[in-house]
Amino acid sequence: MEALKTHKTFRKLAVSNSSELMFGRAAAPASCGFGLEVGSGKVYPEINFTLPTMLIEDKTWGAIVSQYEEIGEMIARAAKRLKLPGLMVEFELLPPMTENPAWGAEITGILHNALERAHKEYGLPCALRVTPTDIRDAYRPPVLRSGKEWDRLMESFEQCAVAGADILSIESVGAKEVNDEAMMRGDIGGIMFALGVLAPNDMEFLWDHILAVCSAHEVVPGGDSACGFANTAMQLSSQGMLPEVLAAVVRAASVVRSLVAYERGAYGPSKDCAYEGPVIKAITGAPIAMEGKSASCAHFSPVGNVAASMCDLWSNESVQNIRLLSGSAPEAFMELLAYDCRIFNKALEARTEKEYQSLLVESDIHLSPQALVLSPESTMRIASAIVAKETHYRMTIAASREAVSIIRDALGKGNLELSSKESSWLDRIDHALDSLPDDEMALVESMSASYGHLFLPESYGL
Amino acid sequence: MSELEHLAQLMEEGNAATVAEVTQQLLNAGMAPQTILNDGLIVGMGVVGEKMRTGEMYLPEVLQSATAMHAALKLLKPLLARDGVKPLGKIVMGTVKGDVHDIGKNLVGILLQGAGFEIVDLGVNVSPAKFIETIEQQKPALLALSAMLTTTMLNMKTTIEAINNAGLRSKVKIIVGGAPVSEKFAGEIGADAYARDAVKAVGKVKELLAVAA
Repeated sequence: MEALKTHKTFRKLAVSNSSELMFGRAAAPASCGFGLEVGSGKVYPEINFTLPTMLIEDKTWGAIVSQYEEIGEMIARAAKRLKLPGLMVEFELLPPMTENPAWGAEITGILHNALERAHKEYGLPCALRVTPTDIRDAYRPPVLRSGKEWDRLMESFEQCAVAGADILSIESVGAKEVNDEAMMRGDIGGIMFALGVLAPNDMEFLWDHILAVCSAHEVVPGGDSACGFANTAMQLSSQGMLPEVLAAVVRAASVVRSLVAYERGAYGPSKDCAYEGPVIKAITGAPIAMEGKSASCAHFSPVGNVAASMCDLWSNESVQNIRLLSGSAPEAFMELLAYDCRIFNKALEARTEKEYQSLLVESDIHLSPQALVLSPESTMRIASAIVAKETHYRMTIAASREAVSIIRDALGKGNLELSSKESSWLDRIDHALDSLPDDEMALVESMSASYGHLFLPESYGL
Repeated sequence: MSELEHLAQLMEEGNAATVAEVTQQLLNAGMAPQTILNDGLIVGMGVVGEKMRTGEMYLPEVLQSATAMHAALKLLKPLLARDGVKPLGKIVMGTVKGDVHDIGKNLVGILLQGAGFEIVDLGVNVSPAKFIETIEQQKPALLALSAMLTTTMLNMKTTIEAINNAGLRSKVKIIVGGAPVSEKFAGEIGADAYARDAVKAVGKVKELLAVAA
């Protein structure tokens, strides 16, 4: 098998043990925006928001701009009221704002100006993360490397960078067309093919282009999220459609495709919905954004506390700009995040962070295998398994095997209980992982026969 | 246990080869294809849908049963056509313009097919014009619209308005679903029904098309 043609390879971890994996501290902190140092001793809120129910089109654009202007003003006002020590704002573009790059750039400019004012007026360290939508899957099979959607996505990155983005991120969807089908079928071979072969190929291509934009405009490249993969599994699991153990294994398997962004040169704080962040942090040292209990406005999860245990930015994922009794929903969630972060930072200041982290971890990991694989100890195990392998395919299998092993160990020690149905799925996953070929090309061949109708080989350089 | 009850049980187990084999045996024994379909396969898929609703079966197991049904239908379809037996009804479905989420929609399609309906799935990001063109060509009894985003759910309204303007609204029932959608919203945009999940969608569709449950 050909060695990875990556810009950077991670053959050892950035930390030596799980006690070095702590909220607010990263081995390689990132500076961004208006004096915000992420991962250098404090946890900051990352506020995220979206529109209320409304269409995005020419005739509603004026009203949409007003919504974001209102949010920008609110953020600056609330940051001062809450005496925030720092703030990250994320603007996640909605699909039409990426399809029309000027729209995304206009909103980026509005939010940039709001943060600039807050920084000038009262010295708020802050930064703006901008996340264009991966619109390349508008049609099936998706055309990932060319065409109108590709051009507009790249133009969106470019225009948002010019308009004032401090960090650029994405939730890319390369291989989702295969992973969705494989997950629905509970087909481990298909999932490994999607996450271990196709997705890393797409990530390499995509991130080389994103990094070129970041480099040209001195914007921090902030990483990619496996939201469309592992969070889809988490949501299907929460609806009783997939076993939790499968969702836990998909979570571990999804790390490798996200790691590719860092192999190519990303170094900024990873995306909030990238629950693979802790493993990325252990491997690369980069700071991470995470979301959990305070993101229940956007989605439910079984990992609300443990997700906070190693975060450097703490996010609400997204909330509609609607009115609540207190005020706007984004302001209410900004306050919630601010109070969460005060506890993180007080614990760091009082040197009780280990105790607080332990509570965050222990309160979740005995109740769900998905929470278990997010603990600092599990993070170290999965990260170590990944860096011990040399190809993305083998890394993905190793991460998956380690997740199974972590769950089995917890079961053996009586630290986790699974229903018989969940246990039988764990056996099924284990057996399927054992049955995978060592030779990546053998997997490509067999999976192309099963899933070839769903994807275009040229989209993945195959 | 009757032969048909046995077939229904095999559907739950989801072994395509066995389901096809038993279907062939029943045909060889002279059983009517429609009886095998209605009282064996569809009954079995109904149990599968119910078990998914109660958390006894996961999606991959449901898909295995759906695959088993397809294997049996391959044998039955030509015979059903020969006998003039038609599907319970034709349904056109798709995720509305601007939205590419399709897992929920696909599951609805699978369960509706398992219940005996014919499905025309237009996929994702479907424009109102495409829906209208398909309604004119396929003449479905029902249209199923899906959306996952608060900024795309209003395209359900746009689609229904376009169908109205094309003079087709009286020819087709419309059901809507998706995470941000609600019963109230369905009423406001002029849909005939809303379903919270895939299993409920099958019941609602049967209700709308007056098909015995």
